Parts: sequence; C-alpha cells; structure tokens
Amino acid sequence: MSRYESLLEAAGETPLVGLPRLSPAVPEGAPPVRLWAKLEDRNPTGSIKDRAALFMVREAERAGRLRPGDTILEPTSGNTGISLAMVAKLRGYRLVCVMPENVSTERTQLLRMYGAEIIFSPAAGGSNQAVATAKQIAADHPDWVMLFQYGNPDNARAHYETTGPELLRDLPTITHFVAGLGTTGTLMGTGRYLREKVPGIEIIAAEPRYGEVVYGLRNIDEGYVPELYDASVLTRRFSVGTRDAVLRTRQLVEVEGIFAGFSSGAILHAALAVAHQAVKDGIRADVAFVVADGGWKYLSTGAYGGTLAEAEDALEGQLWA
Amino acid sequence: MAIEVRIPTILRTYTGGAKTVEGAGDTLAALLTDLDSRHSGLRGRLVTEQGGLHRFVNIYVNDEDVRFLGSLDAKLNDGDNVTILPAVAGGAFGFAAAAALLGRSTTR
Repeated sequence: MSRYESLLEAAGETPLVGLPRLSPAVPEGAPPVRLWAKLEDRNPTGSIKDRAALFMVREAERAGRLRPGDTILEPTSGNTGISLAMVAKLRGYRLVCVMPENVSTERTQLLRMYGAEIIFSPAAGGSNQAVATAKQIAADHPDWVMLFQYGNPDNARAHYETTGPELLRDLPTITHFVAGLGTTGTLMGTGRYLREKVPGIEIIAAEPRYGEVVYGLRNIDEGYVPELYDASVLTRRFSVGTRDAVLRTRQLVEVEGIFAGFSSGAILHAALAVAHQAVKDGIRADVAFVVADGGWKYLSTGAYGGTLAEAEDALEGQLWA
Repeated sequence: MAIEVRIPTILRTYTGGAKTVEGAGDTLAALLTDLDSRHSGLRGRLVTEQGGLHRFVNIYVNDEDVRFLGSLDAKLNDGDNVTILPAVAGGAFGFAAAAALLGRSTTR
C-alpha cells in the first residue's frame, strides 16, 4: 500500500537496500557478511527525524500539552527542526527553532521555507552562550511548549514502534544494528526492540567527533548526556572523526550510488568495522545501518569534492551530523 | 610501551598545553596512573573518588568507547591511540544543555 491520506501518514516504511559492493569479501566457503542500508532520507522531509517529530507532536496532543495555535520551541541543529516545521505546519502550530550559527545555509533556508522562525545563538560562545540564550527565551515566553527531543521518551518510542519492527520484518537474520548517536532516540528505541526480539544482537553507536571548537566547554562538569541515553542498550560505541566520515560518505555514493549526509558516512565507518571483524572471526553477519539523511543539505560545505584534507578543513568547526 | 593520548582543550592545563602526550600501561587504569605521575591532577579529572569514570568524560581506545571495553580495566597495547573528550550530545553542541534547562522550565 503506498497511498496515504496526508504527508504525515507517509513517514516511515523506508527501503532497506543491500550493499553488495561495499560488503566485505569473505573467503571461499566462509559464512556471508552483508551490509544493509536503511534509507531514512526517503521520509517526507528527507531525514530520520520525521519519525520522532511526528511521535512527539502526536503524544503531546494526546496528553493535552499541545493545543491548536500553540508555539513549539526546539533547540536543534537542523533535521529535527525541519521535521517539526513540517509537522507543525500541517497540524497548525507555530515553530521557533534555536540553533547555532555554524550550521549549513541549506538547513536554515529549509526551516524558513517550511515556516519556522529561527533564533541564532553565537557559535563562538559555546555551551555557556547557548544556555544563556535559551534561558532568556524561556523566561520571555513561558507559554511556549518544548518537546525536548533529548529527554522525550516519544522520540525513542517512535523507533521502538516503527524503525525496529520494519528492520526485523525486512531482515529477520539481522545480527548487527548501527546508527548515529545524537539525541540517542534512534539507538535506544530500535535497540530495545531488536534486543527483545533477537538474542545476541549487537547494537552499535557511531558518534561524530568534531573539531575542537565544538568541545569548548569551560570545564568537564558542563558536559551533557541526553536523558534518553541508557548505555545498557548498546554493545559498542565508536567515535568517528571528520576524515573517516567524509571518506565513507564518498564511498557510499561512488560505490553504491547512495548520496548521503556525513553522519551516514560516520555510521558506515562503524558498520564496516564490525563487518570486517565478523569476516575475521568467520561468523555470519547481516549488518543493518541507518542512512540518516541525503547529502543535499551539505553540498555548500564543498566537502564532497577535493582532497580529504580539504574536506576536513571545510568541515572544521561545523556540525556535520 | 608507548601509547599516544589526545588531551582535550580543557584539560591541557595539566599537560603544559600539549595536545598529545605519551604514556604506558597495559590497562587504562595503569595508563592514567602513569600519566598522573608526570601530569599531576589529570587522573583526578577523569576518575571519580569512587573509582569510576567521570560521567561527563568519554575515553576512546582506537576510536572505541572504553565503557564497552571494560572501562578502567580496558586492555591496552603498544601503539594504541587513546582519545579523551568531554561528553557533549552528538550533533547537539551546547544546545542539549540549553534544552535541558528549557525542558524543565517550559514543559507544562
């Protein structure tokens, strides 16, 4: 069935495609090791965040936290804002996004196109500035509703109820699931579902490792771990640097024809690591990983062309995932 | 046994400003003790008084989070790369912290 009553109903049910060229070769007679990409760029606004945005808004409506005409406020560096903007438009809410200056211009253009208003926080001020900006907005507008993707259980539940079941239905032989770690919603929801259904499954996180400016906290106690995060859901967690993420993003389009954003390259890097480990150990593996969004929004970075060193420079200080 | 350790900006006061230092040890715990002998106070910023890793510190051995490799008991080998980073929500910059504050003050 591919007919829907509205765009909102068209979220999810994304394709899972095999990557026969990027999957590692195994020795003659050894069990197969296969990579599978879940193409989340095929969601209504082009990213996996449509799932979470839809669930968070619906649940807030059901709980009476959100009423027609309300203003939604969300700090976001991109995709969640775009998803929320679309959902807000179709459900009749106003959306205000607070975001750092150093995100790509396509993201801010998309947000405005979908009708969102943007308040920028200076990138240079780091988290202290962000906290100050956010506090001020909250004080000025106590009636605005925050869905708070980092601590909203409906973010994870979207994946427990949709992403997880889709993966298991399409790949009953799944042995590994690899996704990006940001709000942690994708990994917590999908990971919990798959762990309940597939004994021994590996749940692997790939987190972006940015340039130093992004870690410019004044001290360790200013660090932040999303409320949704539960380390016991994961079995491994990789930190992927900009160069590896760019390299894999390029491989994905060059070898398999999948044009993805850089966070997907970071995820592929971790997926390849576990796939090669499986080959070395001589075990069968069906490794499913998330392609979180397409590459369109990142073209202006220039990081799809030139040398890897040039791409690394181009992305220095940018939030590429 | 030489292990290269990358130090985040906020902890370079302990390393005389050095971005990377070398250390030795067959476990992470041994490495941190070794580092602390030359960079006094560094270990105390990473390990709590109870003897666990600080909640807002992430340490990676060859790009893998040590919390999934045995934490302080994680095994190390010559030539390994260790990276220390403060925990910030991936892709979230300081906005996660801001969101936490906002979430508590505007949720109704």
